[in-house]
Amino acid sequence: MVEKATGLKTIWFFVGIVLLVMGGLVFLSGIINLINPPMKKTVLFELYPAIWWGGLMMVMGVIYLLTNKNKVVE
Amino acid sequence: METLSLTLLDWLIITVYFIFVVGIGYYLKRFMGTKEDFFEAGRRNSAWVAGIAFVSANLGSLEILGWTGGTMKYGMFVSHFYWIGAIPAMLFLGLYMMPFYYSSKIHSIPGYLLLRFDEKTRLLNAFSFAIMTVLMSGINLYLMALVFYVVLGWDLNVSIWISAAVIGLYITLGGLLSAIFTEIVQFFLIWFGLFLVSILGIIDLGGLDSIMSGLPERMSGLWSTAGNAAANEMGVTWLGIVLGLGFVLSFGYWTTDFLLVQRAFSAKSLDAARKTPIFASFFKMALPFIVVVGGLVAWKLQDMEQIQLLPHPMTGEPWNDTALPVLIARYFPAGLIGLGITALLAGFMAGQAGNVSAFNTVWTYDIYRVLFKKNADDAHLVKVGRITTVVGVFLSILTAYAAMQFSTIMDYIQAIFSWVNAPLFATMLLGMFWKRTTSPAAFWGLIAGMVSSFSMFIGIKFAWLNPGLLTFSQNPSDMSSNLWRAWWAWLICFVMTVVISLFTKPKPDNELVGLVKGLTKEVKEEGHRFYQRPGFIAIIAFIILVILNIYFW
Repeated sequence: MVEKATGLKTIWFFVGIVLLVMGGLVFLSGIINLINPPMKKTVLFELYPAIWWGGLMMVMGVIYLLTNKNKVVE
Repeated sequence: METLSLTLLDWLIITVYFIFVVGIGYYLKRFMGTKEDFFEAGRRNSAWVAGIAFVSANLGSLEILGWTGGTMKYGMFVSHFYWIGAIPAMLFLGLYMMPFYYSSKIHSIPGYLLLRFDEKTRLLNAFSFAIMTVLMSGINLYLMALVFYVVLGWDLNVSIWISAAVIGLYITLGGLLSAIFTEIVQFFLIWFGLFLVSILGIIDLGGLDSIMSGLPERMSGLWSTAGNAAANEMGVTWLGIVLGLGFVLSFGYWTTDFLLVQRAFSAKSLDAARKTPIFASFFKMALPFIVVVGGLVAWKLQDMEQIQLLPHPMTGEPWNDTALPVLIARYFPAGLIGLGITALLAGFMAGQAGNVSAFNTVWTYDIYRVLFKKNADDAHLVKVGRITTVVGVFLSILTAYAAMQFSTIMDYIQAIFSWVNAPLFATMLLGMFWKRTTSPAAFWGLIAGMVSSFSMFIGIKFAWLNPGLLTFSQNPSDMSSNLWRAWWAWLICFVMTVVISLFTKPKPDNELVGLVKGLTKEVKEEGHRFYQRPGFIAIIAFIILVILNIYFW
């Protein structure tokens, strides 16, 4: 038998990290586009989807992180 | 149309994703002590975790791009593959089949065939599954590389080798648990990365009603045009949908394909294992809101000449599989493009990881341990599992290069399912629910089903066989032929197994305890509130299925 560690973090914790980091990057790109709009705009660019979608991802990420930061899989 | 261009932030998002999935593999490596940890994720997952992994393992490249493009061709009929072609089978698996699978403590589907029948039936299924899995995996890789070549201009070889290396690395390190962890992360990325396409498409076109009202009648209904094969784009009647897709292909895939069922085996209890496919059914039902809505938006925009599909690199014809990337290019500004591409990569890699982890388990448990080293200890099996992962990835790469020869990939894959899964479902059904089924009958019935399915495929492909004889319709589509071929293969296997069973000696009852209905202790759902019971949750899923079918009739 191979020695193995205990205290495995729940998957939802990692989901939180991914959503927060990626949502943060998407949100940041939306802010950059808001301040400095590109020459060639996408359809519905005026809705600034990156800002609210990135923001939504960050909120979800924070919720997953906070609710699972101390949980481990038995 | 020129290829998509990525900004620094887009590349950063893609890089974060790759670092993250490999990081998860490294993190999980320290928790891999026994063969159960490596091959069954330690049997510690909740029904939610196993359920999302269950549906995510099915959420490969073919699901997302293939059916978005398929919707442009077949319209709403594609929803059948998500609803009647999946949900009843998933509920049946959770309610009726999982108790036999989970309680018998098997590691794989071939493992059940060993206990219920004999070694040769197990080996037959193990080899056919292993071959099918490698082929699927290779086709997955090839399609991914081709899409990224067309959409982003990425080199085919670089895409194939880098994605295969990353998948191989994280599964070698963390086994099934690693695959499941990344599948769940991928599930979230797919929703966050691609659902926005549907939302923006609906806003752009003035609402879902506006999109639906513009569709030709041949594409707009689920059942309203299924009375006559000539009245719908798929060229199939309701009988073909119900028997071929809803019954045989769907049940054959969702209840016997080890790639999926392995996720349920990772659940921490029988109750969680039963809920795994039932929970997954809700997520599966929701996927048309990405795939089908995306396809309808693309169809409408193409009809209005506002988008142009990218050409297939081999044929030069507009390639339906590029519909979703074209929509991403239309709606996603910099940053979101990175998220959309990451979601597509995640979709490809989820399906790929599922294939590789299922392959390493079946090879190690059902082929290597049987034929080469019966008394292997835990450490040895984990080592073999890791080596098999690397070998499986290399075989996938070889298959990817071989797959470049095929132009109709989707039809080819449907054909593989018909060869392997359709007859197997007859064997499993009889094995679990009719104790009189004998071992020789199971083996020869399975052979007959597989050979007949393959023969029909070859017969139709080379025009030796009139497909109208199988489908009861003139000039049936490839899809219609596939659905009906699955039905006939299932029926041949079923009848052969019954007939041979009647002339051969069954196993005594005491050898079938826990494996066959009637000889297995019934599962009691006591100790839970009614709304926590698998039966109740399955009824809710079924009601939603019925409502969706009526609403989009």
